[in-house]
Amino acid sequence: MIRYVLRRLLQLIPVFFGTTFLIYALVWAVPGDPFAGKCGQQACPQSYIDLMTGKFHLDDNLIVQYFKYLGSLFTGDWGETFNGTSVGELIANSYPITLRLALIAVLIEAVIGLAAGVLTGLRGKGFLDNLVLVSTTFLISLPVFVTAIVLQLVLGTELGIIDVSVSDDPSFGELIVPGIALGSLSMAYVARLTRTSIAENRHADYIRTAIAKGQPAGRVIGIHLLRNSVIPVLTFLGTDLGALMGGAIVTEGVFNINGLGGLIFRGIQNRESATVVGVVVLLVLVYLVMSLLVDLLYAVLDPRIRYD
Amino acid sequence: MRGSTRFRAAAAAVTTLSLLLTACGGGSSGGSSGKVDPNGTFTVYGTEPQNTLIPTNTNELGGSKAVDPMFAQLVGFKGDNAEPYNLMADSVTTSDSKVYDIKLKHGWKFHDGTEVKAKNFVDAWNYGAYAPNGQLNSTFFGNIQGYADVHPEDKNAKPSTDKMSGLQVKNDYEFQVTLNAPFSVFAIKIGYTAFAPLPDSFFKDPKAFGQHPIGNGPMKFVSRTPNADIKLTRFDEYQGQNKVKFKDLDIKIYASQETAYQDLLSNKLDFIETLPPSALAGSKYKADLKDNLVNGHLLGISTIAIPYYVPGYDNPNLRKAISLAIDRDQITKTVMNDTYVPADGYVSQGIPGYRPGVCKSCHFDPAQAKQLFGQSGFHGKLTIASNADGGRKEPLVAACNSIKNVLGVECDFVPATDFGQWRSIVTGHKLTGMGRSDWSADYPSIENFLNPIYRTGASSNDSVYANPKVDAKLAEADGTADKDAAVKLYQQAEDLIAEDLPSIPVWDEKGVAAKSKHTKGVVLDFRRRADYSSVEVTQK
Repeated sequence: MIRYVLRRLLQLIPVFFGTTFLIYALVWAVPGDPFAGKCGQQACPQSYIDLMTGKFHLDDNLIVQYFKYLGSLFTGDWGETFNGTSVGELIANSYPITLRLALIAVLIEAVIGLAAGVLTGLRGKGFLDNLVLVSTTFLISLPVFVTAIVLQLVLGTELGIIDVSVSDDPSFGELIVPGIALGSLSMAYVARLTRTSIAENRHADYIRTAIAKGQPAGRVIGIHLLRNSVIPVLTFLGTDLGALMGGAIVTEGVFNINGLGGLIFRGIQNRESATVVGVVVLLVLVYLVMSLLVDLLYAVLDPRIRYD
Repeated sequence: MRGSTRFRAAAAAVTTLSLLLTACGGGSSGGSSGKVDPNGTFTVYGTEPQNTLIPTNTNELGGSKAVDPMFAQLVGFKGDNAEPYNLMADSVTTSDSKVYDIKLKHGWKFHDGTEVKAKNFVDAWNYGAYAPNGQLNSTFFGNIQGYADVHPEDKNAKPSTDKMSGLQVKNDYEFQVTLNAPFSVFAIKIGYTAFAPLPDSFFKDPKAFGQHPIGNGPMKFVSRTPNADIKLTRFDEYQGQNKVKFKDLDIKIYASQETAYQDLLSNKLDFIETLPPSALAGSKYKADLKDNLVNGHLLGISTIAIPYYVPGYDNPNLRKAISLAIDRDQITKTVMNDTYVPADGYVSQGIPGYRPGVCKSCHFDPAQAKQLFGQSGFHGKLTIASNADGGRKEPLVAACNSIKNVLGVECDFVPATDFGQWRSIVTGHKLTGMGRSDWSADYPSIENFLNPIYRTGASSNDSVYANPKVDAKLAEADGTADKDAAVKLYQQAEDLIAEDLPSIPVWDEKGVAAKSKHTKGVVLDFRRRADYSSVEVTQK
């Protein structure tokens, strides 16, 4: 097990360098002069362009630029935006909010999605099954920005139950509706996955054995059935937490939430390359760690999966 | 405060409901009858400043919304008609429009308590112009004598000094500015953001200053959370006539205009200076806002530049034909939902010196357009290029269609991905047809609509237009000390330009803004900002 973890950790290194280099190249090597539109209808003064070019190492070649960036990153310096704000500070301000939002979304996904999946998976065909089928199809077919804007307009502007935008440092309460918007798509997937997985395993030999041994129904379902059925769902939830950290771009934009997604949203809008690279590098790290954790959890859930 | 908002919202919903139930037939007016609150907060829509919060480095709306109330210039502009008046200046005098003598009012203070003296202006302007400081607005100091020494043309040359020879401190309250050449509009130009004074503490640590600016304006800096808000509060020792009548200014930064607009409709936000496309569509905003609609008068103009370097376009008849083929009335009404008016000259309406009908071929005349087009002998396809974001595309597509219908020639809209890419096409002279060329005034003067755009080699001369007669006329106007005589000369230059038609004036933006029911008397100024001194906040 320990050897496996070490091997996985070592594997993270090339993945980290590869992905971050790709991101850096994609963001900074976009054709066009980053200072072309900075001064409105007039061209920017050459002195300003020189100063900024020097500051962001733009006259070096891309590889050198990238390593200079990484160098400062390893000393804890995430760089600066064009308006002189430290990207590290921006991230420090916004990640707790995104974490809160992602947690709410995952909770909604897990609780509602799993419950609906388990119920329909156990009961099989019937009214409830059809209801879940229809409603999840509906949710899956809606893009996140539609869900978010509809919730915002109906609950906020029309009914006045929630505030249209959340405050600078939102509480969990304020984040419930954005969390629903964010989590709704994955919730539908979780319900579907769980349902299929449960329906499949319901007739497995070990379930029959457990029932034949006279185990109480709750134990059969809770320990034997659920534990084995939940593995594909867990894979999904694990990587989804990573996706939610960044996938919140649209939701955070709509509800004006000051989190990581909002940071990328504005970074792209304003062509703040330093912010975009910084946040995406962080998201890469989250992804890598989450997928490692999910892999390790398999072994805990299913002892047959051994890594040595 | 955290966590309570939702409860409040729920409580508000319940109370509203019970009020509705109990007060049925009570005939409550339900409007903005609240009392004016001199200690209220005014919350405005904001975007993240693109540069540091220093006057010499701020040139866009997001930043200037915060910087302008913090700094007072020598000259101010009235909110409703942009008329200049002496703000910090006691007097600005010149006999030859080359040497300006500027006297300051006494007793003005920076927010840190130090007095504003003549050297604060001179130091700030020298800092702004000095090339190694890389300030965005450095070119605004370009006509002060000695600018070339602190900011050499050649990027590799080292400046020989960091002080401009044209700036001379006479005493604590008086300084003298000598220009390279006579420039009659200088007394108005110094009202632009970049000409603000800076306190001594700035020069000790400009970076720290950018995080916590100290100005001499009606409002002082309180705090800033990047991407969330900028908070200012009233500076009670402020002497100027543009004092504010509320206490706190909260510039709330939004990622999306749509959300800000929704917030405004639910009175969580007090002012937004621009309306999102969804509200403009079908003039929905008129029904949404009713009394809370704020109409302004922006000093800006939209034109379609016809570059001289594109083969086939250098043809007066073609230029006239295109201009006559655009149905400005209909496009401003239907596509732009009454937020623009047709333009008929090179100067924005409302600028002293504006005359209606300067451009003879800026009206809709299909018959004449067709005839001139026939004479032009043009073959091929017309194109209009622009960045397609921010609602730029639709009116130009409409203009293209209008041209297509009238002249029977192919006309296409060519999109650029964003403003940055668009500007690099224009400044790199890579246009292959016509291109959008919009201008908004930095300061309210007819000069600002001509010199930067139509002078040979000027910074925003998108058409690469060159006419020695125009250059001579503009230079003559610049050198005329008498204001009215100067305006006349600028008008003559405009007439010459209108004959050549280097770009086609199409529309003038009116400026449509919105306020909440908690505010009174909000005026939109010529640079698309709330004139804070006009605002009154009612009790919430």
